Amino acid sequence: MEKVLTVDYQKCTGCRLCELVCTVMHDGISNPARSRIKIVKWEEEGQYVPMICQQCEDAPCKNVCPVGAISRDVDYGFLTIDHTLCIGCRSCVSVCPFGAMNYNQIDKKVFKCDLCGGQPQCVRFCDMKAVDFVAADNMTTIKKRNAATRLYASQKHATAIQEQI
Amino acid sequence: MALDRKIAYINLSTGKIETKPIPMEIRKKFLGGRGLDAYLLYNHAPQGCDPLGPDNPLMISGGILTATCASATARTHIMAKSPLTGLLGSANMGGFFAPEMAWAGFHHLVITGKAKSPVYIWIHNGRIEIRDAAYLWGKSTTETQWAIREELGDEDIKSAVIGQAGEKLVRYANVMTGIKNAAGRTGMGAVMGSKNLKAVAVRGTMDIKIAHPIDALEYNKRFIEGITSAKVSGTQGSLGTPFIWGATNSWGGLRTRNFQYNQMEYADDIEPERLDEIATETIGPHHMTGCFGCQVHCRAQYKIPSGPYAGKYDEGPEYTSLGAFGSEPDCRKAETVLTGNHLVNQYGVDNLEIGSMIAWAMELYELGIITSKETDGLDLRFGNDEALLEMVHRICLRKGWLGDVLADGGIPASEKIGKNSFEYLVQVKGMSNLHSDERGTPGLALNIATASRGSDHLRSRPAIDLYHLPEKIMRKIYSNPVPYDGPLSSEHTDYEGKPWQVFWHQNCFMAVDCLGICKYHTVFLGATLPNFEDWPKVIYYNTGLEFTPVELWEISERCNNLERLFNLREGLTRNDLKKGDMLNHRYFDEPTKRGAPDVVGLTIDRQKFKKMVDEFYNHCGWDKQGVPTSATMDRLGLNLEPSHLL
Repeated sequence: MEKVLTVDYQKCTGCRLCELVCTVMHDGISNPARSRIKIVKWEEEGQYVPMICQQCEDAPCKNVCPVGAISRDVDYGFLTIDHTLCIGCRSCVSVCPFGAMNYNQIDKKVFKCDLCGGQPQCVRFCDMKAVDFVAADNMTTIKKRNAATRLYASQKHATAIQEQI
Repeated sequence: MALDRKIAYINLSTGKIETKPIPMEIRKKFLGGRGLDAYLLYNHAPQGCDPLGPDNPLMISGGILTATCASATARTHIMAKSPLTGLLGSANMGGFFAPEMAWAGFHHLVITGKAKSPVYIWIHNGRIEIRDAAYLWGKSTTETQWAIREELGDEDIKSAVIGQAGEKLVRYANVMTGIKNAAGRTGMGAVMGSKNLKAVAVRGTMDIKIAHPIDALEYNKRFIEGITSAKVSGTQGSLGTPFIWGATNSWGGLRTRNFQYNQMEYADDIEPERLDEIATETIGPHHMTGCFGCQVHCRAQYKIPSGPYAGKYDEGPEYTSLGAFGSEPDCRKAETVLTGNHLVNQYGVDNLEIGSMIAWAMELYELGIITSKETDGLDLRFGNDEALLEMVHRICLRKGWLGDVLADGGIPASEKIGKNSFEYLVQVKGMSNLHSDERGTPGLALNIATASRGSDHLRSRPAIDLYHLPEKIMRKIYSNPVPYDGPLSSEHTDYEGKPWQVFWHQNCFMAVDCLGICKYHTVFLGATLPNFEDWPKVIYYNTGLEFTPVELWEISERCNNLERLFNLREGLTRNDLKKGDMLNHRYFDEPTKRGAPDVVGLTIDRQKFKKMVDEFYNHCGWDKQGVPTSATMDRLGLNLEPSHLL
C-alpha cells in the first residue's frame, strides 16, 4: 500500500526535532544542513511550516536529470537518487519547486527524502502529528470530516436560530 | 563529534581572538555548560573585579549534550560576576542559540575587555569576527535579531542579544534569543552592555557526529515517551508555567503585594485557563511552541487583545510575568500581564526582578517611605496598572529619579531611598526571589537562602516536595545515586529531611545545567521523570564518554563547590543579610495570612532554619561557616584551583 507524507502546519510547534532525527537516522550525524525536512519560520508571527519532498508524480527533478540518476522506488513510491550515476550538476536542485532537493556542501552530493525506507523518523518523533504518514488512497478523509463537521455544526446552529424565530 | 566543539577567547579591547580544543581531562571533571563555565569564571575573573568593568569575563556556552540526539538540548548558559549581587552571575535560556553555536563549532565562549564602540560578534562555521553594531544600538531585542539576519542575509542566524535595558546597564538586564527566551537572572545583559556588546550571532552547518546513532535515536524515543506520558508534561504542554502559578496561588504559596500576602484574590482574568482562551482567540487552537527538540512545548503564543499595544505578537507569559504584573503589584487584568510581558521581552530585562522592584516600591509608597516627590507624581499604589507599566519604561530607560534608582537593584536602591526601606526588600544575596512565598515550605525556604546565585528556585528547589509523595517513592529518588538513610518527610510544612532534599536537587540541577538540557525533562517537576540513572546512557550513546551515575553526582558536587568558592572569594558570609545564606526577617516575623489551612499563620522558625542550614552545609561537606572543608576539597580534586588549564 502506497503511503504519503502529509503536513498540517498549524500543529507544528517549531521544535525542529524532525530535522535532528532525520540527519541522525541517515548520516549518524546531528546537522540540520543535512536534513531532508526543514521547518520554515515566521518567528515574529509564531508560524512554522514543515517543508518536505512531495514525491511528485511528474517529478521535475527526475525529468531534468541528464543521466537518469533519479528513479521511483517500486515498493514505497518515493523518488530516489542513484549516486553511482549522479554527476553532481545540481539541475534537480534548481528545478525543484519546493526546495526539497538539497545539496550537501560537505559531501558535495545532492540528497532528498527517501521516507526512511518506509518508516519516516520525522513522523515517528512528531508527537503533534504536524507531519504524518498516511495511506495515499485515504489522505483526504480527515480533511473531509473536519470540513463536514464545520458544515454540519453551522447547519445545526442555523436550524436552532430558525426554530427560535 | 560533540566533544570536538571548541572554546573561543574573544578580547573586545584588543580584538584578539583565540580558539582552543577543550581537553578531555577538563570535560571529565566539569562536563560543559554551567559546570565548565564555573571553572572558567573561577580561573578568569580577577578577585574583586568590577562586574561592569572590562576584566569581568562573560561566558556563553552549551552543554555537553547540546545539539546531539538527546531530548531538549536547547539550553544556553551565561555566566559572569553579577552586577546585581557582586557574587556569582549565572543565567540559562532555551530557544535555538546553543545548538546553532555548536553547529558553528563552539561549545564555550569567554568574552573579555570592552569595545570602543558598539559591536556584535559573528560566529560562522569556525570563524569569528567582531563587527560594527552602531546601527543596532537602541533597538529592541527582536529588532536587533531581525536586523542582523537582514544584514548578513541568512534567516537561520540565531542571536543572543541585549535590548535597551542592557545598554542602559540596568543591573538585572537579561540576554535574550528569539521572542522570549531569556537568560534572565543576575544581570548578564548589563555585563554585555558594559562591554559595548550588543549581540552574539551564530550560524553553523558543521557536522556533530553521534557516537552510537541508532542507539541514541532509539533511546531518545523511549526517553521522550517517558517524558510525554507524565501528567505534568501534558499540563505544561497545554497551559505552560501559568499552571504552576495558578496551583501555587490556590494553596497559598504565591508572593502577593510584596510579601504582605501569600495568595492573590480575584485573579479570574489572569488564571491559566483565561490566558489559554486569549491565546486560542488570538492565535488558534494550536498556540503552544517549544525550544529545540522538545516535545513538552510549554510556551504559549498570543497577541495582546486590547490596550495601546493591541495586536502585538509575543510568547508567554510565564509564571514570573504573572507574578511581576499580576500578583506582586496586585493587578488583575490580563491585558496588563500580557503587555508587561511584551515590554520586558522587548527591553530585555528580568521580569522577575523588575516586578519585585516595582512591588517593593509600591509598598514603600503606601507606607509613605517614598512619596509622589520621588515618583515624579506617579500614584504608585498597589493595583494601579498604568503606574506599573509606566515604571517598566522608566526603569528600563533609567528615566526619572525612581526609575534610575530601581534600575540599580534592591540593595543599592535601599541605600539611596534610606529610612527602613531595606526591611521590606525581599531578597537573598541582593537578588529578588521568584514570586513565591516559602513561609509554608521550609525546604523551599532553605533552597532560596542557599542558592548559589541568590534567591532562586532553579538551583536546588525540591518542588516535588509539594506532591506529598509516598515515602517509598521519596526513598527511591533521594537514595540514588548515593545512599541516604536519614529522615525524609513528605509533608511540605516539615523541617525534617529537607536539607538532604535541597542538597540532592542542588546536585541534580547542576548535572542538568552541565548537560545543557531543560529541567522540565528531569525530576524537577515530576517524580517519574529522568534522573541520574538515565543520563549516563544518553551521554554514552551521543558522545561515547562513559560515566556512572555516581561519577555524574561527583561532577555536580565539584561544580557546585567551585561556585561556592567563587562566592566565598567575593565576600559571601553565612548570616550576612546582603551577601549571605540568610532570609529577610519577614520570613521569620510575619505569619502568612491566607491560603490552605495547613499554611495559614506560618512563619519560618529561626532555630529550625539555622539547624537546617547547618545540616545542609554538612551534606555539602562545608564547615559551620559554609566553607568547603579541606577533606571536601581533597575528595573533589579542587585543591589546585584555580588551575588555569583552560
